[in-house]
Amino acid sequence: MSPLAPPRHPFELSHLEALESEAIYIMREVAAELEHPVLLFSGGKDSLVLLRLAEKAFRPARFPFPVMHIDTGHNFPEALEFRDRRVAELGERLIVASVQESIDKGRATEVGGPLASRNRLQTITLLDAIAEHGFDACFGGARRDEDKARAKERVFSFRDDFGQWDPKNQRPEVWSLYNGRVHKGEHIRAFPISNWTELDVWMYIAKEKLELPSIYFAHRRVVVPRDGMLLAVGPYVEPLPHEEPAEMMVRFRTVGDMSCTGAVLSSASTVDEVIVEVMATRITERGATRADDKFSEAAMEDRKKEGYF
Amino acid sequence: MGPNRMDLVRVATAGSVDDGKSTLIGRLLYDSKQILEDTLEAVEKSSTQRGYDYMNLALLTDGLRAEREQGITIDVAYRYFTTARRKFILADTPGHVQYTRNMVTGASTADVALVLVDARKGMLEQSRRHAFLATLLRVPHLAVCVNKMDLVDWDQGVYEAIRDEFRAFAARLEIPDLSFFPVCALLGDNIVDRSENMPWYRGLPLLVHLEELHIASDRNLVDSRFPVQYVVRPHTDEHHDYRAYAGVVAGGVFRPGDEVVVLPSGMRSTIAAIDTFDGPVEEAFPPMSVSMRLADDVDVSRGDMICRPGNQPEISQDIDAMVCWMADKPLVEGARYGLKHTTRSVRAVVRDLRYRLDVTTLHRDETADNLGLNQVGRIILRTTAPLMYDDYHRNRNTGSFILIDEATNATVAAGMILDRHSPLTRD
Ligand SMILES: Nc1nc2c(ncn2[C@@H]2O[C@H](COP(=O)(O)OP(=O)(O)O)[C@@H](O)[C@H]2O)c(=O)[nH]1
Repeated sequence: MSPLAPPRHPFELSHLEALESEAIYIMREVAAELEHPVLLFSGGKDSLVLLRLAEKAFRPARFPFPVMHIDTGHNFPEALEFRDRRVAELGERLIVASVQESIDKGRATEVGGPLASRNRLQTITLLDAIAEHGFDACFGGARRDEDKARAKERVFSFRDDFGQWDPKNQRPEVWSLYNGRVHKGEHIRAFPISNWTELDVWMYIAKEKLELPSIYFAHRRVVVPRDGMLLAVGPYVEPLPHEEPAEMMVRFRTVGDMSCTGAVLSSASTVDEVIVEVMATRITERGATRADDKFSEAAMEDRKKEGYF
Repeated sequence: MGPNRMDLVRVATAGSVDDGKSTLIGRLLYDSKQILEDTLEAVEKSSTQRGYDYMNLALLTDGLRAEREQGITIDVAYRYFTTARRKFILADTPGHVQYTRNMVTGASTADVALVLVDARKGMLEQSRRHAFLATLLRVPHLAVCVNKMDLVDWDQGVYEAIRDEFRAFAARLEIPDLSFFPVCALLGDNIVDRSENMPWYRGLPLLVHLEELHIASDRNLVDSRFPVQYVVRPHTDEHHDYRAYAGVVAGGVFRPGDEVVVLPSGMRSTIAAIDTFDGPVEEAFPPMSVSMRLADDVDVSRGDMICRPGNQPEISQDIDAMVCWMADKPLVEGARYGLKHTTRSVRAVVRDLRYRLDVTTLHRDETADNLGLNQVGRIILRTTAPLMYDDYHRNRNTGSFILIDEATNATVAAGMILDRHSPLTRD
């Protein structure tokens, strides 16, 4: 417990302390029950929170697992630079699995056109990397408040040997008795921050004074409005003939594939200002910033069944 | 900056199909302003697509495609909302007969269970089942919402008749805290504000009740229990001799200097320090995650339990328990399963199925020779190694276990351990 925030009542935890303790418990449970876990790291705020939670769970020892980034090749340069610096500071092992490599090897086929995104291709690269390294558990930073299909996902989410999620046949999850048993080739996706909301994540970042990639804070950038979102104009997003790019003050709420991660208008330049904005926000994180979820109401569910994060 | 310090409350819902559970949850989210513009837009769009002429709040909570297609909720879904003082985690558990396991899942961690009753239909078989399961899982607070009061002309008599019938049934169970609310989920009566349509109701609106509920003392702060989850051993020059036992405090309070005993070995030591990443702490209580260092070099590993010498749990290989069966393939006497209790995994054989319990009538069928999906029964297990446990009524953390089918790895049962003092063992 942080000495700065004494419990207001003896023997009571704040909601953030309770969520933190639950997440630490989940991480240790995975490390104890599975042989080859890996922590999936995007450079984004949720995975930065996971790294801090891993420190809380395992220090002064090193993490009993490596950190893996699925590199779409369409990253924000700020996020990549940040990734390398953070992992080096922690002194942990980083594995980079590249979507470009999957495409070059003919494992994945790129969809062409100006609206192409590599988000879906990540699944192939991820499953190949899981098989190659023999991972039997992957920590992910997904939260149940992100999406309707996620709302039903277990903390220990079982994947068959094709990496697929079967929403109708999930293991019952009672108390905090997680069942991590898998056969060879199968794996568990473990979500330590399942019960956190976007606001919880930001409040935790403030409490822990975590550093974030600069794109999370307001900056000037040339963007183009598309499908109700603002996409950053750059090597992966070219304006279409009828579109009018403009420079605006924006920040990103997630760091994903540059081709489909939207910015929001913002003047928030510090964590505290972001928290104020998030508290006032009336649009969910995915709706505002992920073009690929907009295709259909069931888009996320379909991708998850295929083995997406 | 930011909201005030909040605490965390877990809520589970139960109701039969069409009692208005989804609408109630939609209402709680909507009224606590948790629903965001794009979600509302999507709900409006699908309401129109399906030919509803009003916005169907229930659509907010329908998750998976299969469910959307069948128009029913089939799996536990988790929702989040916050008020000024609390963050709520709401387990939305479907109420159909065949999905009892979902209600057990939601109730297992809940501080409060919300049970819905349709005012027009009154107390049904399912209502008894929901109340019983909440009690079996030892949810400390039960809030009964008599819903659709608009359809019975906001009649006080209808509400009181249902309340009294429910109370009469509840008297046969052991419900620590039971309260009743006449509500209309569709219009929001008695959800956030007191209803103008029911001036005869003097109690709190539901959300205010949930905000004020005292849950801190529901934990067991008396019997100190620390199941060892993970051993932290850095193997580095800097921390060469560091060895700490990490885990979540499952009961009671631990302090540096406390004399402790490690079970099952019975070795004694003293707590040298209680560490966290943020530094050592002066006390650890549930549900804190901490790392304990002991003064002596004793042999401790995952699955062991650290407690106080003067207050030890039961230690036995013969386990008497109520189980809720969650798999298609039934439980039979003589079958073997994997068993996980706290951080300890053992194997167990079903020595005896004492009876199957009808969760509606509470009738005990002692002739039963199996337990099918969603059935509840009392069993005797023999384990390959001793468990260190407390009666489930005393401590939900050290009194619960799951059974695992060792061929499929599926979780097949939720179990609640009874000791000789348990209310349920009084025949
Ligand atoms: N008149 C009235 N209808 C309600 C009320 N609550 C729910 N309903 C309606 O009852 C039906 C079933 O509600 P729903 O929330 O889907 O029930 P669930 O199956 O328990 O989730 C829907 O048509 C709702 O609009 C209420 O308080 N009054």
